[in-house]
Formats: sequence, C-alpha cells, structure tokens
Amino acid sequence: MPKIKGKIVRISGPVIEADNMHGSKMYDVVRVGTENLIGEIIRLNKDVATIQVYEDTNGLKPGEPVLSTQEPLSVELGPGLIANIYDGIQRPLPTIRKETGDFIARGVESDALDRKKKWHFKPIAKKGATVIGGDILGEVQETSHIIHRIMVPPQHQGTIESIVKEGDYTIDTEIVVLNHNDKTHALTMIQRWPVRKPRPVKNKNDPSQPLITGQRVVDTFFPVAKGGTAAIPGGFGTGKTVMLHQLAKWSDAQIVIYVGCGERGNEMTDVLQEFPKLEDPATGEPLINRTVLIANTSNMPVAARDASVYTGITIAEYYRDMGYDVALMADSTSRWAEAMREISGRLEEMPGEEGYPAYLASRLAEFYERAGRVNTIGSQKREGSVSVMGAVSPPGGDFSEPVAQNTLRIVKVFWALDADLADRRHFPSINWLKSYSLYLSEVSKWWGDTIGKDWLKLRNNAMALLQKESELQEIVKLVGPDALPARERALLESAKMIRENYLQQSAFHEIDTYCPEKKQYEMLRLMLKFSQLIEDAVSKQVHIDDLIIMKTYEGLARMGKVPNEDYPKHFKQLEHDLEKEIQALIKERVK
Amino acid sequence: MSNKDIEYTTVIGVEGPLMIVDGIKDVAYNEVVKIRLADGEERTGQVLEAFEHKAIIQVFEGTRGLDTKLTSARFIGETMKLGVSKDMVGRIFDGTGNPLDDAPPIIPEERRDINGEPINPCAREYPREFIQTGISTIDGLNTLVRGQKLPIFSGAGLPHNELAAQIARQAKVLGKQEAFAVVFCAMGITNEEANLFIKDFENTGALERTVMFLNLADDPTIERIILPRMALTCAEYLAFDLNMQVLVILTDMTNYAEALREIAAAREEVPGRRGYPGYMYTDLASLYERAGRIKDKKGSITQIPMLTMPDDDITHPIPDLTGYITEGQIVLERGLNKKNIYPPIAVLPCLSRLMDRGIGEGRTRGDHAGVSNQLYAAYAEGNDLRDLVAIVGEDALSERDRKFLEFADAFEQRFVTQDNHEDRSIIQTLTIAWELLSILPPAELKKIDENYIRMYHPKLNSET
Ligand SMILES: Nc1ncnc2c1ncn2[C@@H]1O[C@H](COP(=O)(O)OP(=O)(O)OP(=O)(O)O)[C@@H](O)[C@H]1O
Ligand SMILES: [Mg+2]
Repeated sequence: MPKIKGKIVRISGPVIEADNMHGSKMYDVVRVGTENLIGEIIRLNKDVATIQVYEDTNGLKPGEPVLSTQEPLSVELGPGLIANIYDGIQRPLPTIRKETGDFIARGVESDALDRKKKWHFKPIAKKGATVIGGDILGEVQETSHIIHRIMVPPQHQGTIESIVKEGDYTIDTEIVVLNHNDKTHALTMIQRWPVRKPRPVKNKNDPSQPLITGQRVVDTFFPVAKGGTAAIPGGFGTGKTVMLHQLAKWSDAQIVIYVGCGERGNEMTDVLQEFPKLEDPATGEPLINRTVLIANTSNMPVAARDASVYTGITIAEYYRDMGYDVALMADSTSRWAEAMREISGRLEEMPGEEGYPAYLASRLAEFYERAGRVNTIGSQKREGSVSVMGAVSPPGGDFSEPVAQNTLRIVKVFWALDADLADRRHFPSINWLKSYSLYLSEVSKWWGDTIGKDWLKLRNNAMALLQKESELQEIVKLVGPDALPARERALLESAKMIRENYLQQSAFHEIDTYCPEKKQYEMLRLMLKFSQLIEDAVSKQVHIDDLIIMKTYEGLARMGKVPNEDYPKHFKQLEHDLEKEIQALIKERVK
Repeated sequence: MSNKDIEYTTVIGVEGPLMIVDGIKDVAYNEVVKIRLADGEERTGQVLEAFEHKAIIQVFEGTRGLDTKLTSARFIGETMKLGVSKDMVGRIFDGTGNPLDDAPPIIPEERRDINGEPINPCAREYPREFIQTGISTIDGLNTLVRGQKLPIFSGAGLPHNELAAQIARQAKVLGKQEAFAVVFCAMGITNEEANLFIKDFENTGALERTVMFLNLADDPTIERIILPRMALTCAEYLAFDLNMQVLVILTDMTNYAEALREIAAAREEVPGRRGYPGYMYTDLASLYERAGRIKDKKGSITQIPMLTMPDDDITHPIPDLTGYITEGQIVLERGLNKKNIYPPIAVLPCLSRLMDRGIGEGRTRGDHAGVSNQLYAAYAEGNDLRDLVAIVGEDALSERDRKFLEFADAFEQRFVTQDNHEDRSIIQTLTIAWELLSILPPAELKKIDENYIRMYHPKLNSET
C-alpha cells in the first residue's frame, strides 16, 4: 500500500485539517504531528482530511506531518481484557501510569493486551476440520470463572492445517493455521475488530429472561431483559451513577462492561477499589473478575469520549459471541452526545436541535441496536446476549431535550429519576408513576415459573396501590389526611409501606444493597398481606393509628435489612406475629 | 530567524475579544502571543485557531485600542505557563500571574503548562478523610472530605463569601497537624468582596498560608479564562510536589462562564443552551476535575467553587453543568436569608456525594449516617406539611404531623442557624441533631439503627 502522508493546515481544538491526504478513507486512524497523536478521519474533501484527535492538541503546529495507518479504529480482542481498565481508545491506564506517571501524558503507545503474559491454551478444534467464523478453536481460563473461548474471527474460514498442543502461549503466538482455497492464514489468540462496525450474528431472538439486578424497583416493577435496553435519565445527583454501579455489581450477567464516558475520575477509582473486594453473588468470586472498565473521564480528550462507547460495545459483543450474557453500562450517553456536538460544531456542520448534529438520533439508535439476545455465528448453536443500560443527563433535569427524547424512542425500559424524590433521600429515586418497562410480559413468565405463580398479580396489585395513593394525595393536599375515610387512610399506609420499604433500597447498606429475587417476592407478598389485614381491621373499627405503631409494622419496614440467609425463617415468624397482633387489635375492638 | 524574534504587524482584523493575524508561519495551537499596541503597551493573547499562515488570537486584557495598522504580535514559542515555587505561598498575583504585592518577583522552581494534564483514574485515591468545617449543615448532612470538589450555589446578595471565609477559617482534619495552604482565585468579584477575604485571612493569620490570584470586577474579562488554570497549576504543585493540603476557593464561576460565552460569541460558534458554548461542560470539567487525591502522595486538592445562580435558577447552565461535574453542592436560599437564618443553606437540594465513605465509626461517629438520613427525611416531611398548613390550617393536622412541623422549625432555628464565628465540633452537631430528633415519636426514627437510638436518644438512652 502506498503511504499516505499529509501535513496539518489548521488546528481548532480537538479537530484538525490536513492536506495531501489523497487515498484516505473515512474513519481511518492517523498519526498526527511529531508526537504521533492518535486521530481519526471524520471528513474528506478532495485531498483535505478533517481529523478528530484523541489527545490534547496543545502546541501542535500547522505544517507538522500526518500519517495514515489506513486502518479503521479497532480494538484488540483476546485474553487479558477482564479486570483491565482502558481509556476511550483502549489504551490500558495502568500501563500508561507506569510509563508517564500519575498524570496522563500525550503520545503514549501501549498494547491493549499484554504480549508477554502466557495463557494456558486448550485446543478443541481438530486438525483437518473445516471451520467458519465463530467456531471455537480452543479455550483459555481467563479468570477463575470465565473461560475465554478462542474463536475463528468472523471474516475467516477454512480447513485447519495445524493447531498447537495444549500448553502456555503468549497471545501473539500462532496457534492455528487455516487453509482456505489454497491460501494459508495463521491465527493467534488476538482478534482485531473495527469499533464502529457491529460484529455479525446469525440471528436475533426476542429477549425472554429477566436480567436480575437485585434492585427491587427494577426487578419487580420495571424489569430489564437479558439482551434488552434501558435508559436512566435524571438531573445531577438523582442517582444515575449509583444505580449503574449497582447494576454492574449485582446483575446476573456473566460479563460486565462499564463505560465511564465523560464523567468523574473518582467514580472510576471507586469501581477500581471496590470491585476487587465485592463478591459476585452467583460465583462468590471478586466482581472485578468479570468486569472490563472503560474510563474516559470528563477531563480526558473529548474525541476519545466518542470512541469509548464503541470500544465498550465491541468488547461486549466479543464476549457475547463466546456465548455469554454480557451487560454494558454507559455513564453518561449525554456526554457522548455532547462530544458529537462539539466535534460537529468544529466541523461547522448544520446544527440540528439544540446544536446537536442531525445524525444524533441515528447514532443513538445504532448503538442501542447492538444490544440483543442472539444466536452467534459459527457452526455450533450458541446463544449470547448484550444488555445495554445508559445514563442520560438532561440539562436542567428536563427530559424534553434531544438526547433523552431520542433515547426513549429506542430503549424498552425507562427508569425516570426524580429530583424531588432524591431531595428527600428516597433512593433509588426512580419515579414509579412515570417509569415503564416493555419487557414486563416477557419476563413475568419466568417469574411465575421460577419464583411464584402469583408474581404478576402481586406486582400489579402493588402498582395499583401506588397509583391510588397518588390520586388520594391530591385530595389530602386540599383537606388534610384526617378528613379521609378510614379505609382510604389504610390504603395510604399500605402504599407508604411499599414506597418507603420496598421501592427504597439503600445502595450503601451492607445487606439491603442486593435483594435476591425470592426475597423480593416474599417481601412484596408480606407487604400486600399487611395491606389486606389492615384494611380488614379498619373495617372492624380498629383505629389506623393503632395499626401503624404495631411491633410487626417495624418488622415489616426492616425486612430488606434481614440477612439473606436468615430471611425465610424470619419472614415466616413475622407473618405469624403480624396476624396475631392484628387479631388481638380486632378482638379488643369487638369487646 | 526564529518566530520568537519576529514582530508581525500583519493584524488583519479585530473583533470582540479576538484578533486575527495573517502572513505568519509556524504558529502552534494555544501558543502565547505578546501583543504590542501603538503606544507601546503590551498585552498577552493565546492562539485559539491556527492555520498555516493565519491565527485567531484571544486577547486577555481586551482588544480596546488595538488596530490593524500599528499593533504588532510576537509568538513566544510556547503555550501558557506558570512559574511555580513554594515562595508563592503568602503572595498575591494578578490575572496574568505577575505579583500584585510589593514583594519581589518569585524565582520559579519550574514552569508548568497551566492546562495541566488529566489525573490517571488509576492513580487516584478515593477521598474519604473527613474535614470538619464547624458548620452543622455541612458536617452533619453534607460532609466534606479531603480531595472533594464541593461548590456553593448562591444568589446575588447572599452571604456566600462569609460562608466561604468561615469554611476556610475553620476547616480542619481532626487529630492531624499538616502543612496546608489556601489558593484563592477571584474572578470578577468586587474589590470589597476581595477585601472581605483578605481581611479575614489577615485576622486569622491565614494570609501567610494563602496564594491569591486576583482578577477584580474592573479587570479584563478574558483573563478570567486563564486565572483558575493558573491557580490550579499552583495548587497542584503545592499539593502533589510539596505534600500540602490545599483548599482552592474559586469565585465567582459565573463570571468565568460569562467570559467563556463572550469568546464563543465572538467566534460565532453555534451556541448551546442560553448562549453558552456547547463545550462548557468539558471546559468546566477541565477545572473541577483537577481536585482530588493521588495514591502514595500526602497532599490533596479540595475545591470550593462558588457561583451565583442567575435569577436564583438552579437549572441555569452554570449551576447545572457544575452540579453534573462536582461531587455535590451546597445551595443557599433567599427565603432563609430573609428569615435571618445564617448560613442560609437550603438543606434539601444539598448533597455531598463523598459523604458515605467519609463518615461513620472511626471517622465521625457510628450513628452519623442514620442521623443524617433521618434529619433529611423528617425535615422534608415537615416542610411538606407547611404547605398543607397553609391550605387547611394547623387544626387539620394529626398530633404526629404537628410534631413534624415543630421539628422543621426547630431544625432551621437550632441546627441550620449558627453564628458566623461559631465552630461546632462534629459531636456538638450530632448532639443538637439528637435533641431535635427527640421532638419526634421514637417509632418514627426508622432510618437509625435501634442500638444507636438506645445509645444516643436523649430521652431513651440507657443512662437516663
Ligand atoms: N440507591 C441509593 N442508595 C443510597 N444513596 C443513593 C442511592 N442512589 C443515589 N444515592 C445518593 O445520591 C447521590 C448522587 O447519586 P449519583 O452520583 O448516582 O447521581 P447522578 O445521577 O449520577 O449525578 P450526576 O449526573 O451528577 O453524575 C449519591 O452520592 C448518594 O448519596
Ligand atoms: Mg453520575
């Protein structure tokens, strides 16, 4: 290939122009200036290429060289991704720290995956076999619970001419030689894949299983399915990040990709310091051993912020292709959209709504489209999924802005955060009247079959209570609660019980932070039982004020904090006591 | 001949805060430019956009008096740098980093790019050391920790400066005696406001531990773009090279954002919300994210940016984008100020995101988290009832509700209110909290663990 070497003619922040770039292709990666900064071509006009630079352009000069790599922006895929933390263009941050110290300097080159480390490779495919893209060649134990399946890259196929014996190899060792139409091709444990291009699948299936998150308001009221999409919009401080961290910690996905896109450095540090200490409830392993982190914080170069979500989703698809359930969290997609807006502004493109480029909606849609439950490519049947959950940070907390609106048009679950709830420390501050999940009917079968037949009924009864409460609140605002009939006051108390002790769940409480699905079911069942019992009691003239000072009332309120091993026994006793206590109150009345 | 020695007289345009020079070569993006006016006056600028033979330059001291004939420009061959040294402590500098006091210029140990570099997230240490400010609403409910960025959202005419000065005066980490410094960065505040700080620092002897960067209301607005960057470069040097605990006060960020908008407008950029540039989030983050702690380093940078919300509107882009970057916010409210409550901190919209990890047994006290949550919940409820009372009258309330109402009033009077020189220990703060909580029926204290209720509730604890 002839070299493409141009020179800088204009620099405006993260966007530069170079001429003499004839032969370049859109989205090819280039090296900019004497410091070899990394950039990507985002517009071509005759021989002038417009380039977004993934590093700080301070001090760059017109006239400095620009060299095209003639390859699109790609990620390296192979053993060693898990437990690593990368910047937006997949440079490993721990390695960068070793090389340039505590502050990120420019022009650092570093392999995404360690070339020196040896992995124990177990071949599976046999010499002479004919394989296609997606077929499994062998396995590597990447972490104690994750088997990394080494696959034929999607674009390759052929007959296996040779495959190495079981043993320890570095990832760039040739492990397989394929022969296709008399041409041979050697494969290593590394694949490269262009981030902006979805990895192929055989076909997509409808999501049907819930992604269990251990968060009651999510699992019970607004569930997300494995392979589904969800958005969590909210003003600052309403709890997006805490919720995404909770999902990253407790979701029953096998692999988690957490993308910190234009947010705080300390939040990534938090994940880095916490995840090695927390246990995955499914495997008992440290959470970090199933997690890949992408950190392009708000003060890191803005163009790399745009790349970070693509880097993340490509890694997610790669593990999906191995047959895993992968969950990806992106905090915050608004910062990604703003990066698009900033670059678009520098390109002097025709602005759409609120200055965002006209292609905002299609970029968001393309991104969320990469989620799904799929049959993977390859000759064996394999199913995997990518679930995507994105935070949205609307200016002024007003959801009518373009990023929130365009996102809601695509995703199937809407967790609406509410500043008023957050102000009064109702966490997670998901508004139960505004939020929705379009997976409810799909996942209720699973809940009915696995957890409790009447799950959907309980869930809907609870929801109806909450709805009724909000109507009654309107009246209370006008006349005060004492003016209501006893039956409605009882209803208000039942709704309050659910609101304060079921919907609310402290992320920072050792036990309450994660609520197993069976415990959720039992809690809800007991609370609804309480609702019935007090309704019955007030109809028998028991005063509501006597009901809410019951000993068992407090017991119900503290159910979330009962250790997960003890709850079955504890709840049984509680149910028994509750019945007795109410019976006693009724008896007293009748006397 | 190197560019440094060439005086270009090819200014082809002046527009707002910008100047365009043509016929040049070898000019770098963000390079510093020395501008000489016809009368010999020298100003400083910076390249905003570099072409092969042309540059667009922002002029810090304003473009008044610039012309296209006699004005000349010299490109100095480097980006904006600040000479740093330990001798900066106790000194006052102007908007371009030159000493404003009578003392001799400092001899820099090193010259650093004022834009700094992002801290590698892997190198950060999560902030968790409790700073006692002596102010109950902060210590008790929105705890500040070392390395945090916690802004004060205020309104015109509210006593945010008094509050900031009080924090600077009283802030300490319990049980530790360490080198600390205040970096004070004034952007467009009045002389009087600046004097309030200077006097206060003088009175408490803090002045000799303070570095001041001043750009006052009548100083050039565009300087406000570089001033906080210089202040933070100095702070980084003190914290991460000299191991000092640094408190940075940035005031008023609203003036900073206005300067940013002015440049965007002059460049005819597509404006974002309310005319502020679309990249304001990123720009503000490049300042606020310079707070923090670094692994294996003793020093820290804690930031208290202050801003006045235009029209007291918290959804205005300046407080809004700030809130999206900082680790919480302290919000002042006009209503409380009118009721003569100092500090007029509106508790409900306040937040400290780093609080959870900075409090509790061994840091403050075991009951702290529960007490704080309970105060919040009870105050929110009492506050709601005020609205109800306004409509239906107090008689329509139940006995229980009346207690919450009483609590809300007492909370404002005794917990929120304190003297400008009152330095409450965290234990005092928690004691007041318990006294107030004892107004409520004990069964209502559901957010506090039972054992703490037994331990600290004034009416229920085991001693009485
Ligand atoms: N589930 C929860 N349990 C307890 N506290 C919570 C919970 N969710 C949120 N919080 C509280 O709210 C604070 C803000 O939450 P978070 O940082 O997630 O907000 P955010 O929506 O991500 O804000 P921003 O847009 O500014 O990043 C947290 O620091 C914590 O104090
Ligand atoms: Mg967040």
